[in-house]
Amino acid sequence: MTFLRHTQLIFMRNVRRTLREPAWIMIGMFQPVLYLLLFAPLLDNLVLPGYGDTSSLNIFVPGLLVMIALFGLGFAGFGILDDLRNGVIERFRVTSASRLALLLGMILHDVVVFLLQCAVLVVVATLMGFRADIVGLVVLFGLLALVGLMVAAFSYALGLIFRDESSLAASLSTLTLPLLLLSGVLLPLSLAPELLQTIADFNPFLHIVEAARALIHGDMGHNSIAIAYGVVFVMMLLTMQWAISLFRRATA
Amino acid sequence: MNIIETNKLRKVFNVRQGKNGGDQTIEAVKGIDLQVRTGEIFGFLGPNGAGKTTTLRMLSTLIPPTDGQATIAGHDLLRNPKQVREVIGYVSQVGGVDVTATGRENLLLQAQLCGMARHEAEQRTNELLVALDLTSFADRVAKTYSGGQRRRLDLALGMVHRPRLLFLDEPTTGLDPQSRARLWDEVRRLRSEGTTIFLTTHYLEEADILADRLAIMDHGEIVAEGTPKQLKQQIAGDVISLGLETQNGAAQHAHNLLNEQPYVREIHPSDGLFQLYVEHGEETLPAVLRLLDGAGLSVRTVSLSRPTLDDVFLRRTGRSLRESIE
Repeated sequence: MTFLRHTQLIFMRNVRRTLREPAWIMIGMFQPVLYLLLFAPLLDNLVLPGYGDTSSLNIFVPGLLVMIALFGLGFAGFGILDDLRNGVIERFRVTSASRLALLLGMILHDVVVFLLQCAVLVVVATLMGFRADIVGLVVLFGLLALVGLMVAAFSYALGLIFRDESSLAASLSTLTLPLLLLSGVLLPLSLAPELLQTIADFNPFLHIVEAARALIHGDMGHNSIAIAYGVVFVMMLLTMQWAISLFRRATA
Repeated sequence: MNIIETNKLRKVFNVRQGKNGGDQTIEAVKGIDLQVRTGEIFGFLGPNGAGKTTTLRMLSTLIPPTDGQATIAGHDLLRNPKQVREVIGYVSQVGGVDVTATGRENLLLQAQLCGMARHEAEQRTNELLVALDLTSFADRVAKTYSGGQRRRLDLALGMVHRPRLLFLDEPTTGLDPQSRARLWDEVRRLRSEGTTIFLTTHYLEEADILADRLAIMDHGEIVAEGTPKQLKQQIAGDVISLGLETQNGAAQHAHNLLNEQPYVREIHPSDGLFQLYVEHGEETLPAVLRLLDGAGLSVRTVSLSRPTLDDVFLRRTGRSLRESIE
């Protein structure tokens, strides 16, 4: 009980903070929406190998959701830097509140913001002609929630290690760009040379994007779905474990 | 009854050096024994880097000691950190105010994290807002607070759960004299309500005026401990500070000359300034001036004072605390 209550308290505290500075949510969404408006129309006249006559938006939108995860949520760790510097984390840690509850409250806030951004993107895309299978979409949001926990925990862990904006930004950009390029978000990786495809197979985001496309299509039996859920769940547990162990030791 | 007892409390940090420097260890706190009595204001005085903050952070469960033991309000620091956290409050050097939230929100959250139900937390928040005179800006975002206002909110945050023991790390650093005096009043009021206060400071006046007892720390060791009065009494007599012209070895000459005088108990020269520890300063001063004048040494400035805690620090460490800070 206390655990849930403390999680909720920290969650609400971060929600209030976000509502005071809503610009950040917009900034996180800016890139994906730009891609949707300025890049997606180009795909209409392109015949993508291996996708038959599927609408290009149906291929592109799942990729954009993963892009929000990487470029928006990937930078969630910035949120903890000010708190570390201002002694807020330390103040929380001197109370008898559970450390996991403190961290989880912060991360859940970021995941909720992320899911809302995804929802907005889906709505905008739908206005442009995107059509998704409803059940598949619900299952996809479940997957995205797990992806969110994994990415946010990872970003917090890096934040706790680097402690300052410039090195965190540098390390995150270095990581997120290859992860994005090798996930087949912009163009399918079937266009890539074999070596690149082999490397990409180890990229969890590739499997997430594939599962997302299958789900949008309503192809519930596609084996990429189980793979993505499995991989993301295990990685989520690992990154959470990593973040919490760093958080326990965190001192300003 | 002692609320804090430490036994050879020690902290060693491993500092990673550059590429080929290897690891280096720094002994920040060198096995200190400390007793803080229930209900007192205990001051921890020393220059930056003396190990004050490290000690405070160990005692408030934020970092584990390398060696040694401590009990806080009867709870073992290492075995029962949770019980320790329930009886202590901690206000760090940087405070801990969430500047994106209002003062009221800060307090409400802290109260609830300390286990209070919502209405109880509201009640306590209102109490603290009034007690620390934060009411008029309680609903403004803390970003807009002045230094003094923010520091009072820090203090309120540390007191939310009515701790029996409150740690304050450099509570008045950076405050203007007025805000400082006001914070001192708050600290005294807390003591009168039964809270024990353990504060670190590098301000001599603060330790002298505010602390009931104090320990002076330098390079990870406690070099003196007692009431301010006791400590100053160890330096019997008065202090004459002389500023001299120091060309052509005049300083050495003066030093030798003064050293020969029976009434001079100790001399600490530094950079043209001499601190003479003498008995009966009022009577000695004219003699000192006549002596120097007769030897052709010109005195630029002179002052006579009672010993301060800085003299205690100087005696124990060979350095002036005032200079160590600057």
